[in-house]
Amino acid sequence: MSRTWAELLGDEEPPEEAEERVSRRRRLLGRLRTGLSKSRRAITSGLTGWRFDPDDLESWEQLEEVLISADCGVRATAEIVRQLEKRRPKTDEDVFDGLEEILADLCAPAGEAALDLSATPTVILVVGVNGAGKTTTIGKLASRLRESGRTVIVAAADTYRAAAEEQLEIWAKRAGADFVGSTRGQDPAAVAFDAIEAARARKRDVVIVDTAGRLHTQTNLMEELAKVRRVIAQKLEGAPHETLLVLDATTGQNGLRQAQLFGESVQVTGVALTKLDGTAKGGIVVAIGHELGLPVKLVGVGEAIEDLQPFDAGDFARALVGRAEDE
Amino acid sequence: MFDTLSDKLQSILGDLRGRGTISEDDLNKALREIRLALLEADVNFKVVKDFVASIKERALGQDVLKSLTPGQQVVKIVHDELTSLMGQGSSKLAFSGRPPTVILMCGLQGSGKTTASAKLALHLRKEGRAPALVACDLQRPAAIDQLETLGRQIQIPVFARRDTKDAVEVARFGVEQSRAQGRDVLIVDTAGRLHVDEGLMEELVAIRREVKPTNVLLVLDAMTGQDAVNVAEAFGERVAFDGVIFSKLDGDSRGGAALSVKAVTGVPIKFSSVGEKLDQLEVFHPDRMASRILGMGDVLTLIEKAEAAAEADEQEELERRLRQGILTFDDFLKSYRMMRRMGPLRNVVSMIPGLGKQMQGLDVNEKELARVEAIILSMTPDERSRPEIINGSRRARIAKGSGTTVQQVNQLLNARKQMQKMVKQMSRGKMPNLQSIAAQQRRR
Repeated sequence: MSRTWAELLGDEEPPEEAEERVSRRRRLLGRLRTGLSKSRRAITSGLTGWRFDPDDLESWEQLEEVLISADCGVRATAEIVRQLEKRRPKTDEDVFDGLEEILADLCAPAGEAALDLSATPTVILVVGVNGAGKTTTIGKLASRLRESGRTVIVAAADTYRAAAEEQLEIWAKRAGADFVGSTRGQDPAAVAFDAIEAARARKRDVVIVDTAGRLHTQTNLMEELAKVRRVIAQKLEGAPHETLLVLDATTGQNGLRQAQLFGESVQVTGVALTKLDGTAKGGIVVAIGHELGLPVKLVGVGEAIEDLQPFDAGDFARALVGRAEDE
Repeated sequence: MFDTLSDKLQSILGDLRGRGTISEDDLNKALREIRLALLEADVNFKVVKDFVASIKERALGQDVLKSLTPGQQVVKIVHDELTSLMGQGSSKLAFSGRPPTVILMCGLQGSGKTTASAKLALHLRKEGRAPALVACDLQRPAAIDQLETLGRQIQIPVFARRDTKDAVEVARFGVEQSRAQGRDVLIVDTAGRLHVDEGLMEELVAIRREVKPTNVLLVLDAMTGQDAVNVAEAFGERVAFDGVIFSKLDGDSRGGAALSVKAVTGVPIKFSSVGEKLDQLEVFHPDRMASRILGMGDVLTLIEKAEAAAEADEQEELERRLRQGILTFDDFLKSYRMMRRMGPLRNVVSMIPGLGKQMQGLDVNEKELARVEAIILSMTPDERSRPEIINGSRRARIAKGSGTTVQQVNQLLNARKQMQKMVKQMSRGKMPNLQSIAAQQRRR
């Protein structure tokens, strides 16, 4: 069962969407497939001529390598192989089936993978390291939320990077969302505060707060981020309702560290995995799911607005092991 | 769980180092650990495979297992291999005889091209050149604004055209303007692009053809995983970049991508970009990086920074005392102040041999440093030079005087004791001898 935007946003499924569901899913799979085709090639080429032999150590080693080369990491790979061994696969098909299930299981841990938009206004705080794609993701998410009939305010609490505000403002215009800005060097928490005020006054449904990229090792900047969160929480009870960590799919094992430290300072509720349209396989989310139990909620598979998609663990796993249906 | 590569290697190698005899099994076990450590550091798995294989071959081939100091031998082999993988000596930019020298920047989205471009411009101006920037990123919203803002901050001209969507034309405009305005280096900032995006890669090739750059630099995020080699190979095929700027190296990423890219493409890493501030671009020294990975610390960079920050005689005096194994609170304060002039402490700490590990988990908070200073300044001169006389009532007085608590004073007293111990060890030669290492490296 593929996930749609209605599912992600917790909406009733509009009839046209239900009708469109199959074709949408095909399109999504198509995009993921195009996005992951290189990865798939890499994965399958890694296993070219590979004949799985359960008694052959080399067979298992090759499998390990494929997972490692997808950035799943040493520990998650060991876990995957351990679980796979338990299933006692006999053929290639057994292995692929098993992998699909195990991977899907690991990157969609028990946590609810939908966005919680029940509150009005709902506040979504977006965080991540420099260059992960926060602003772009926010622009696209704002568009999708507008399409779902919600009113949106985006807040430029990235008061550090030159022209960050202009970039977000352009996205806001494209999405038809309100924009709350600041002056450069202003306290980012104050921007978030203003945005919530504005959302209440204007009765907007969702506030998305953009923050400056920061490396998770920069204690003072992480403190600043924690303060933004505190101010939001004080201003509006229960907020932020979602805190999304934007993660570049090319990120290696450092992604785990990012998820952990951002999690500690602002209680991340989900991951948005961006730039999945390159050759990077984004296996780091498997490691994150395995070690931190953090669900992936969104994936970015291209430049266009419709390339931001709800994360579907099954599709992701299928694409990762090279089994996106060839339709 | 998140040991750095150098810590891991140190403990693996430390195990071996102490052994009188090493069996082939021991060696295999150590190699397996090394393999895992490198993989966790995001070194490409193929590179790891080759690396481990060549270590094994050398270790077995040279009869090291039967030698008197097998552990040391293996350590030496690992170090040699790592250094040869990273390459030796820093690699400089090339300059054209007919200015402007054009430097073309390329990379994935979010790798840090625009920031790196500005940093590079500032770096070149400090070297006495007259650089300019041209904004050829016409893809990302407000990218031109960003470069212009950065240009204003560092007072370096930025050429931009808002009336066209043709990046090649903008690049040509940049070259013309540089020539007209007598700028001798032009840095071409381009849009981030995926290496599989045929259209945008074609644009990059067209820009390259137009501006005929003397240097093509790939900006690569230090946190990149296994995909780093695919990215590097693809950009290499299309635009034949001849240098790499390694960005965001100030995080805690283990930097395996640097190893991978060098090993796979053979192209040297020229600079590392290490912070938010525009003057934080460093010439990349591969041999030093190899040492850093092995936990030998980056003594040379440290010394260079210290030299820039400290008065020569002040430093000599401090060094003399440290060599004698003396560390009073006066020295402590002096070195603290010196260090603070050297930039963010956590950058500095990671370069100190042997300290990387001790300081791990100890979060270096700049605010705490101010507190340290306050506490020391609340001590009498006598207390500073003879810390052992600081008893309970003196502690209470110091705490009061510095607006801290007795616990905080105790913490500092303990810290000094620890450091005194380290300094003593260092003076007995347990850690690399700073001067001889420095002299050795300079002779190269």
